Amino acid sequence: MTLLSPGQTEVAAGADGLAMALRIVAEAARLMGAPRLIPVASAHIDGALYHGDSGTYFAEKLVESGAMVAIPSTLNVGALDLHGCAKVRLAPHQRDMARRMMRAYERMGCKPTWTCAPYQAGHRPAVGTDVAWGESNAVVFCNSVLGARTNRYGDFLDIACAIAGVAPDYGLHRPENRIATLVLDVSLLSEELRSSDVFYPVLGTFLGLRSGTSVCVVDGLQGCTTEDRLKALGAAAASAGGVGLFHIAGVTPEAPTLAKALAGEPARETIHVTPAMVQETLARLSTVKTGIQVDAVAIGSPHLSLDEVDEMERLIGGRALEKPLYANTGRHVIGALEAAGRRSRLEALGVHFVIDTCVVVTPILPELNGGVLMTNSGKFAHYAPGNTGYGVVYGSLAECVESAFAGRLMREPRQWS
Amino acid sequence: MVMTARPLLPGPSATGDALVLSAPISFWGGVDPATGNIIDARHPDRGKNIAGSILALPGTIGSSSASAVLLELVHAGKAPAAILIDEPDAILLLGLVVAREMGWTTPAAWQLAKADQQQFRGRRITVAANGTITPVEGNI
Repeated sequence: MTLLSPGQTEVAAGADGLAMALRIVAEAARLMGAPRLIPVASAHIDGALYHGDSGTYFAEKLVESGAMVAIPSTLNVGALDLHGCAKVRLAPHQRDMARRMMRAYERMGCKPTWTCAPYQAGHRPAVGTDVAWGESNAVVFCNSVLGARTNRYGDFLDIACAIAGVAPDYGLHRPENRIATLVLDVSLLSEELRSSDVFYPVLGTFLGLRSGTSVCVVDGLQGCTTEDRLKALGAAAASAGGVGLFHIAGVTPEAPTLAKALAGEPARETIHVTPAMVQETLARLSTVKTGIQVDAVAIGSPHLSLDEVDEMERLIGGRALEKPLYANTGRHVIGALEAAGRRSRLEALGVHFVIDTCVVVTPILPELNGGVLMTNSGKFAHYAPGNTGYGVVYGSLAECVESAFAGRLMREPRQWS
Repeated sequence: MVMTARPLLPGPSATGDALVLSAPISFWGGVDPATGNIIDARHPDRGKNIAGSILALPGTIGSSSASAVLLELVHAGKAPAAILIDEPDAILLLGLVVAREMGWTTPAAWQLAKADQQQFRGRRITVAANGTITPVEGNI
């Protein structure tokens, strides 16, 4: 292990949890050809979602051998709603093992944030800081919107880095790998479209499908974005492709100008996004192309911000919903809603809050052959058919709420150009 | 027809039927962790079983939970006997790194270019502890 300092080598030879974590980080570094390990300032851990008993045994082995995280570490969603809003249909054994796994990560000192939007729950590393984050949407937000530096950390390596406090130095930790080479020019599209929430998951999907392993910079969104729009864009991009970082010229921290994002070099490729490209990508987001059936609505992937809940509540306008509306969010939002009495008011109207987890990673939606789920999330649109068995219809938040109210698909007029 | 693969996570000699996948795969959502069956509806090798095979991968795609699925396969006794992979993948192979830390019997992983994997399609092969790959006698 020439990657390790003499002190680290001594630590790694031990029998405790820190030694095991350091060996795992060093093996990952060796496999990826990283020349050294670097300190990381924080971690976001995606490894506490139950996929089988082995992951629980791994977490419990770390706990039993005294492992504790060395840096501030937040937790991504688990397989259970520990907060108690939603009922999860897991068999007793799986439920028990999932709960043991979540508890093991908490016992290692991770913060029980249980959200895929940790960046809206107070975890916001500064520009240029090296961190070790898992969960594809959190990774892309952390790199792109916050300007901190992380690779796409997979299960086990995230917690190992959090315990060891170091990570392999390669990929997006290195400034030269953060330079854009692909330009998406969206200035051909109307300002109205560029300033609408519903556009961003579509653009993100396009970016994910077209960027491959290149870093992309989007030009033409100055003055059009909000944090929640960038969140939706990144989540869709990271679902449709392997995107870990994008830039928005004039908006995101490493792209004060288009030229800066490209480090002064000419773009390797420029795509002028046309209305036809947008419409073709939009069509991919719905697997159900005909009919008016909607059996349930799911929003909140990534987890809803308080602003997004405010907008949902405004659109519902005190009306009782015909179909269930699953609102996936975290403790950082539900706490404020409960304090204001808003949770129970919304639940009485047919909103089903899902906390600590979400409807595509664990069985919450009723089993329904041929069911149709409507969503405004590009990430839900991507994963729901495979993970829930429901077909998917994509639409704006207003269309989602109106459809839940009417009990059938409702569309509002919109120019996709 | 003898090849030598580069060690990624070397281990003891293993023999099995070569399962040379025709397309990259996402282990999460693509392989059933309980059985080793390929379940990705869009994958050309859907329905084949990777347990006990010498699994040759042209690449990996998708979720960062591939390591968790591979660890679960090892724990369930449904892992391949050895893995040949075109390019090292920190996410997938970490499942094997962790399995070793858990003290479980873990397959070795070797790097072999996808072009070199093709000649073993449908054959029974042995991957020796030094990375030498040879067809098993009597199998043409």
